[in-house]
Amino acid sequence: MTRAILTKKKLVLSNAHRFISITNLSRCISTLILAEHESGSIKAQTVSTVVAANHLGESSSVSLLLAGSGSSLQEAASQAASCHPSVSEVLVADSDRFEYPLAEPWAKLVDFVRQQRDYSHILASSSSFGKNILPRVAALLDVSPVTDVVKILGSNEFIRPIYAGNALCRVRYTGAGPCVLTIRTTSFPVTPITESKKATISQIDLSKFKEDAVSRSRYVGQSTQDTERPDLGSARVVITGGRALKSVENFKMIEKLAEKLGGAVGATRAAVDAGYVPNDLQVGQTGKIVAPELYMAFGVSGAIQHLAGIKDSKVIVAVNKDADAPIFQVADYGLVGDLFEVIPELLEKLPEKK
Amino acid sequence: MKILVAVKRVVDYAVKIRVKPDKTGVDTQNVKMSMNPFCEIALEEALRIKEAGFAKEVVAVSIGPSQCVDTLRTGLAMGADRGIHVEASYSFLPLTIAKILKSLADVENPGLIFLGKQAIDDDCNQTGQMVAALLGWPQATFASKVVVLDKDKQSATVDREVDEGLETLSVDLPAVITTDLRLNQPRYATLPNIMKAKSKPIKKMTLEDLKVDIKSDIEIVEVTEPPKRKSGVIVSSVDELIYKLKNEAHVV
Repeated sequence: MTRAILTKKKLVLSNAHRFISITNLSRCISTLILAEHESGSIKAQTVSTVVAANHLGESSSVSLLLAGSGSSLQEAASQAASCHPSVSEVLVADSDRFEYPLAEPWAKLVDFVRQQRDYSHILASSSSFGKNILPRVAALLDVSPVTDVVKILGSNEFIRPIYAGNALCRVRYTGAGPCVLTIRTTSFPVTPITESKKATISQIDLSKFKEDAVSRSRYVGQSTQDTERPDLGSARVVITGGRALKSVENFKMIEKLAEKLGGAVGATRAAVDAGYVPNDLQVGQTGKIVAPELYMAFGVSGAIQHLAGIKDSKVIVAVNKDADAPIFQVADYGLVGDLFEVIPELLEKLPEKK
Repeated sequence: MKILVAVKRVVDYAVKIRVKPDKTGVDTQNVKMSMNPFCEIALEEALRIKEAGFAKEVVAVSIGPSQCVDTLRTGLAMGADRGIHVEASYSFLPLTIAKILKSLADVENPGLIFLGKQAIDDDCNQTGQMVAALLGWPQATFASKVVVLDKDKQSATVDREVDEGLETLSVDLPAVITTDLRLNQPRYATLPNIMKAKSKPIKKMTLEDLKVDIKSDIEIVEVTEPPKRKSGVIVSSVDELIYKLKNEAHVV
């Protein structure tokens, strides 16, 4: 029987006979989540992915897979074990091979772990980490993944955005292998955890883990911004500047406003291309997807590709000199004016952050 | 070294798409189609590597209906040496596309395969990674800045755009690279090159030729429009904006 039919049967039966065990009719949902961690703790997007896993269905078991090396990995594992009550198990792969998130060894690791346990679902967040690794995993397993899932309708039915979010595609996974998903974490917010539960932590035996010695990739380095500003993907407030800011110096106005409101700084592709800010601030179809309570866009025209990244914001404010700018069509509050006058006035008159 | 570049024909990035009333998909009839912007960037990078003397030939490949030949001709006009059109009467899932590209790689033996990081229609961002997995090659996705080839050591250094900023990897060749927006500015095809392109060869191939089985493990149930936002208001002053944000929206 295909999984689609099994799931339907389970739904019909469970409504009438809640306590009858039907595990011999339907396959238990057992999820493996490829976790992200940094400096000894689990990243927020991994916890969102756990929340998403809960939507897959009843009798879910969630295992977090953490890879890396050394003490910060073990610390992260300990923290992961109580990051969410749904987590039943933390699997730890401790090896120099996983010091950096290279797709080749990590994808092989997921396959290695999967071979030892029959997971029905394999998940990761659709961060650059998840997007890089999970499709490779799917191909190794010969299954089609579903990427950037914004809604889970059941164990094998999902909604994902297409055409820069201008259309939503509802898909059904009908394969026999594990269902591989990446999750758009802004669609699965984490509510404060009241229940405290500690999952078991197991060290994975890597003695039989073989990696291709021949064709390899090597980590050389990275350049990241060290900032105290909140993370763009999870900030409550995001202040974005477009090319109209005209310079790196002027962009500091955006930073000041973000600081005043306790928010993160975002940018359009044009602003990044022009060199006003680094690439990790880019919001849009191929940059970061944000869903803050308040999104303020200054000097942003509102191209389709930028709007793709902000549509789920609760309140959108736009300030632009051009009354015909497309951004005004999506803004809840629009102000036609010169941002070089508006921002100083806002800085002066806005109350301090909540 | 040969470079294989996969290019996809998609709805032009500036088009405002419309969902079909029967919810089976997006309306692509009488709509402007173009080479996927990321694929243009991929092709441009391949051409630059060839012009720098690190590759002998750039081969463009497109998978789809007969109109893909137009996309290939654009690629040839940009400078690709020859094209391959794999006929497909409907849209395949990325996994099938990856298997086709793997089959082609087995025949053509490229040192590099370039793809755009994602197609702007399905926004999947999967194919490059899958091709790399099927071939057992390393992958460098979301490439930005400069791709430098070390001819002797047979490797490439790639800067990648990641959530935290930029990451630099060194990959052994052969490898798969997917391109991000800032990698380069694709060239325009000049009229003389468009004319020259007409005589460059485009080979037609089928799935049978490549011995690829179609993978159909995902069904499209329906395509809908996203919920519309409530229309907003234009405020006339900063004071009014702050008032509304405070008392109406309660966000400050």
